[in-house]
Amino acid sequence: MKPTMTAVLAAMALTAPALAEPVKVGMITTLSGGGAGLGIDVRDGFMLAMQQANNPDLELVVEDDQQKPDIAVQLADEMIQSEKVDVLTGIIFSNLAMAVIPSAVAQGKFYLSPNAGPSALAGSGCDPNYFNVAWQNDNLHEAAGAYANDAGFANSFIMAPNYPAGTDALTGYKRFYEGELAGEVYTQLGQTDYAAEIAQIRDSGADSVFFFLPGGMGISFMKQYAQAGVDIPLIGPAFSFDQGILQAVGDAALGVKNTSQWSKDIDNPTNKAFVESFQTEYGRLPSLYASQGFDTANLLLSAMGKAEVTDADAFRAALEEADFASTRGDFRFGPNHHPIQDIYVREVVKEGDVYTNRIVGVALKDHADAYAAECQM
Amino acid sequence: MPRSVRCSALSASLLAEQVLNGLQLGVMLFLMAAGLTLVFGVMGLINLAHGSLYMVGAFACAATAAATGSFWLGLAASLAAAAAAGALVEIAVLRRLYARDHLDQVLATFALILMFSEATRWLFGSFPLYLDVPRSLAGAVELPFGIRYPLYRLMIIGVGLAVALGLFWLIGRTRLGVRIRAGEADREMIAALGVDIARLYTLVFALGAALAGLAGALVGTLQSVQVGMGEPVLILAFVVIVIGGIGSIKGALVGALLVGVTDTLGRALLPSALGAFMEPSGATAVGSAIASMLIYVLMALVLVVRPAGLFGARA
Repeated sequence: MKPTMTAVLAAMALTAPALAEPVKVGMITTLSGGGAGLGIDVRDGFMLAMQQANNPDLELVVEDDQQKPDIAVQLADEMIQSEKVDVLTGIIFSNLAMAVIPSAVAQGKFYLSPNAGPSALAGSGCDPNYFNVAWQNDNLHEAAGAYANDAGFANSFIMAPNYPAGTDALTGYKRFYEGELAGEVYTQLGQTDYAAEIAQIRDSGADSVFFFLPGGMGISFMKQYAQAGVDIPLIGPAFSFDQGILQAVGDAALGVKNTSQWSKDIDNPTNKAFVESFQTEYGRLPSLYASQGFDTANLLLSAMGKAEVTDADAFRAALEEADFASTRGDFRFGPNHHPIQDIYVREVVKEGDVYTNRIVGVALKDHADAYAAECQM
Repeated sequence: MPRSVRCSALSASLLAEQVLNGLQLGVMLFLMAAGLTLVFGVMGLINLAHGSLYMVGAFACAATAAATGSFWLGLAASLAAAAAAGALVEIAVLRRLYARDHLDQVLATFALILMFSEATRWLFGSFPLYLDVPRSLAGAVELPFGIRYPLYRLMIIGVGLAVALGLFWLIGRTRLGVRIRAGEADREMIAALGVDIARLYTLVFALGAALAGLAGALVGTLQSVQVGMGEPVLILAFVVIVIGGIGSIKGALVGALLVGVTDTLGRALLPSALGAFMEPSGATAVGSAIASMLIYVLMALVLVVRPAGLFGARA
C-alpha cells in the first residue's frame, strides 16, 4: 500500500504545474456608510477584470468593513483563518489599512492595495508581500504642488482636515511647491460648513487654493466656494473630483484643475476597452477607484499566469514584474513595491449632461514616492 | 520649502462676516435641536434617529428638485417626507418605548439610523446627490460696511429666525401649545382630562421631524446630500440642547446660536491669535485642535455653572 501511495504522490507532484492551484482572494472594502462609493467602484472594477479574464482558478470573497478599523481586523482574521485566502485586497482608507495589512503580511499572506498607501508602509515599514497598485498617499498632492509651479502660482492658500492623511497632503504639496503660503488651515474631519475658511481665503490675498477634502467634505466646500463668489483658482488631488462626486458638485467644479494617475481619456487600448466595458456593465462612467480595482485584478491575474501562489517567492517575483496591461499605460513597481507612474493634470469639463475630467498636461513624469529609500526588504 | 506668511491684521468686515457665518450655523443647528428638545421634553424620548429625518429631508428635496426642476417644490417635499417618516416611525416603533428606560430607546433609535441609511442607499444609490441653490438666491450680496455675503445663507438665517418665532407662538399662544406644555408637565393628568395623548405625541413628533427635514433640505443645498449626513449634525444638536436645557425651545435657540458663533469664531480666530506668540505652523495645528473642542469646553462650563442647562427646568 505504502509504495503505491508514494507513487501517486510523486505523480501528483509531477503534474502539479499543469493543474494550477486555485487562488482565493479576500476583498475587505467599504460598501456601506458615507465612503461606500469608493469601495463599490473598487469592487466593480476588480470584478469586471475577473469576468473578462474568466479564469476559473480565481475565487473572490467580498466583505464590507463599514469604514471601521475594528470590523476590518475582524474580517481579515476570519478570511485568513476560516476562509483560508491567499491574497487580501480592497481596503480604501489608510487607518483601516494600518490596522489590517501589517498583521496579514506577517502571516504570510499577500496584500495588494487598490487604494490606501500610507507612508508608514512605503518607508521603513515596507514588506515584501505588500504591493500598492494605486499610489503612495503623498503622490497626487506632490503633483499638485508641481502643477502650481508650472502654472505660475506663487501664493497658495492650503487646506486639509486635521488627521494623518490631511497633514500628509499638505506636506506632499509643500514638498514640490516653491512659492509662498498665503495661509495654512487644518479643518475638522467631517466638517460640513466652510464659511469661516472661505472668508479667510477671500481675505488672504492668495493667487491659488490647494485643498484636500475627500468625499462629502469636498462637495460641501466646492458648492459653498462657488456660492460665495470667490474666484481664486482651485487645485486639488483627484479624490474630490472623481466620477461619483462630480455629479453632486455640478457647475461649481467646472474648470477646476486636479491631479490624477488615471483619467478616462488616457490614450491606450486597455483604457479605452476598460471605460467602454465598465459603462456597458454598470451603466455609469468609471472613477479612478474603479481603474485601480481593475488594475489590481489584472496584476494578480498576470502573476497567476506565471507562478503558483503556494510558491511565495516565485509569486512575489511575478507580481514585481507587473507584467499586465494597465489602464494607466506605463506602470512599474519601485523597490518598495509602490508604483512608478505618470501623474496628470486634469480639468473638470461637462460632456453632454455628465461632468467629467479631461487631461490637460502631465504634472510629474515617472514619479516615484519619497519614502522608497527608507525601505529595506 | 515655501515660507509661511500669516496675515495678522483682522479687518472689521471679516470679523462681521464670521459672526454672520456663526449665526447661520447656529440657526441651522436650532432647526435640528428644536425638534430634538421638543420630543425629549414632551415624551421623554431620546431619539438618535433625528439625524436620519434630516437626511430624509435632504434626499426628498434633492430628488424632487431633480425631477421637477424646482427647488421650492423640493423644499415642500422635504417637509412632507420628513413629517410622514417621523409620524410613521412614531406610530410603528417609538410608541412602544415611552414607558421603557432610555437605554432601550437609544438601542431602538440607533437601529432606526441603520435602517434609514440602508433604505436610502437602496433607493438612491451610494453616490451623493446633486442639489444646488435656486437661481433666484444664487450669488452674494453687498451688505453695509463692505461685507459681501451669500444671499442663500442670509435666507437660512431669516428662515431659522422665522421658525423660532413661529414655534414660540405655537407653544405660547395656541391650544396645541397648551397641550404640549401640559403633556410635558404631567402626561397622566392630561390623558385623564380627555386629551388624546397618542395623537398629540404623533403630532409633536411629526413637527420635530418636519423641522429636521427642513434643516436637511436647506443645508443639503450647501453641503453634500449623502447617506450618513445626519449623524455629525445630530451630535452638535445634542450639545445644543444640553447647553440650552433639555425641553426648552428658548434654550435650544440660545444654545444653537452660542454653539454656532463659538465654533465659527474659534475656527477663524484661534489659529491666527495663537500665531502672535507661537511659530506659525505650530499655531495652526494647536489652534485648529483647540477650535475643534471649543464647543465641548463651552458645554462643560455651562454644565458646571448650571447643571440643568441655561434654560432647563429639569436636572
